[in-house]
Amino acid sequence: MKESTIMKIHYGTALASVGLVAVHILMRLTTGFADSLSYENVLANYRSVPYVIMLELILILLAVHGFNGLRVILLELKQGRVYEKAVSYGVVIGMIALIGYGSRTIIMTNMGMV
Amino acid sequence: MAQVSSVADEQPPNPLSTTKSILLRISRFNPEFDDSNKFMEFTVSYEKWTTVLEAILDVKKHHDHSVAVRYSCRQATCGSCGMLINGKPRLACFTKISELDSNVVTVEPMNNFPVIRDLAVKFERLFDTHQKIKPYLINDDSELDSELDSNKKEFLQTPKEVENFIQFANCIKCGLCNSACPTMTTDSSFVGPQALAQAYRYVADSRDKGKDTRLDIIDESHGIWRCHFAGSCSQVCPKGVDPAMGIQFLRGYLLGFRN
Amino acid sequence: MTRDENKEGIKGMANPGRYGIERIAYLLMRLTGLGLLGYFIAHVYETSNILRGRMGWDDFLAMTQTTEGHIFLVLVIGMCVFHTGNGIRIMLGHGGVGVGKPARPDYPYDPASQNYRHKIGIYSSIVLAAVAMMYGMAVMFGE
Repeated sequence: MKESTIMKIHYGTALASVGLVAVHILMRLTTGFADSLSYENVLANYRSVPYVIMLELILILLAVHGFNGLRVILLELKQGRVYEKAVSYGVVIGMIALIGYGSRTIIMTNMGMV
Repeated sequence: MAQVSSVADEQPPNPLSTTKSILLRISRFNPEFDDSNKFMEFTVSYEKWTTVLEAILDVKKHHDHSVAVRYSCRQATCGSCGMLINGKPRLACFTKISELDSNVVTVEPMNNFPVIRDLAVKFERLFDTHQKIKPYLINDDSELDSELDSNKKEFLQTPKEVENFIQFANCIKCGLCNSACPTMTTDSSFVGPQALAQAYRYVADSRDKGKDTRLDIIDESHGIWRCHFAGSCSQVCPKGVDPAMGIQFLRGYLLGFRN
Repeated sequence: MTRDENKEGIKGMANPGRYGIERIAYLLMRLTGLGLLGYFIAHVYETSNILRGRMGWDDFLAMTQTTEGHIFLVLVIGMCVFHTGNGIRIMLGHGGVGVGKPARPDYPYDPASQNYRHKIGIYSSIVLAAVAMMYGMAVMFGE
């Protein structure tokens, strides 16, 4: 993939996640911070399909943005064909693993498998 | 009978002059003999107009003529005398001791350039990255065929079209920007602000038809995208080239903001 | 870095004091980015405790809803706000917004791209981060 395409994705995920993360944080202020973290309230959040879609989107957007940022930093620290390939693949694996693990939590909780 | 001319004797300092003195610390390193650099210190007197280069040459003349330093024009035109002066890349001929506001002046070779000896560094990498971006006008051959069309003997530009690129044509290849760049402190493959600014110089030139070629060259993992707009290159540029501006404009082409 | 290359290495990346607020913002952007990535990974892991039922979730809350947990979260809020604000400023700069116009340079050769607009953007991000941290502290410690 061309570097310009990767960076367009990097910028796009950043802009898209700003509003979504803001909503995610503001949800904690709707009923008082401590109350919003109670087990029942969190479960109720997970049962709401729009909220779940938002969580999934945040997970994907931030995983892509964060791991690409890590890739950029690692590529600047050291160079070499083998190292750069390892970083690129490692970052993609990390991204997929995190999205997979987070999606598992979201989907299982939404389906009531807690 | 041949006349032997002697070097004119130096006049004693004028008692009314404002001569002061500073401690000049010069980094000494010979890669053939030394494992690491060491600093040698010299007390040098200066006037308010004395440049760092003059102080170094004074040391060479009176104290240690083995100090290796590269210089030429002494008027910030050639870009030869770039070095770290009190930790910041500057031209030695363009930096007055009085403006440093310090009793100690430390001079070291520029960062991110291999050291030849003492203050002289190798410029091969800068030349290579500069050549990589094709630093010349790229035209169609048909435009140069004046026999077919007499109007094409010259490439005409309006003052506005000149204004778009002339700032970036001021580059004297001194390398200070590459020395200041935070990406170049760790990334050996990064093209560097000097080459990127020169890429924009040609892309912005209305006579040039090589925009797509150059954009392809810099659109790689160690190309323009490793610039993060820290702006240090522009902070140290002695000729007002402002490489950071050129790089962001160039990025606009790749992101689709500019045509 | 080999001696031959004479590169400053990470020390050069992490020593922003010589070049003004823009270089400091560059370093803070890197640090906050790495910090937020670390927090994000930990957050995704921690919140998976919901799958262990009420007990698992309450255990997780017992660990994080403490004074230290709140202070840590305040830092995360600050990092998030700074990274977002400065990121937007940088994205605008990358698009050529606010970096000035090319012109014939003249002494003292001040760079147009290092102008007050971007400096205000950086300082605003820092101030907003501080304000957000204070608000976060008020919410978490005020209850």
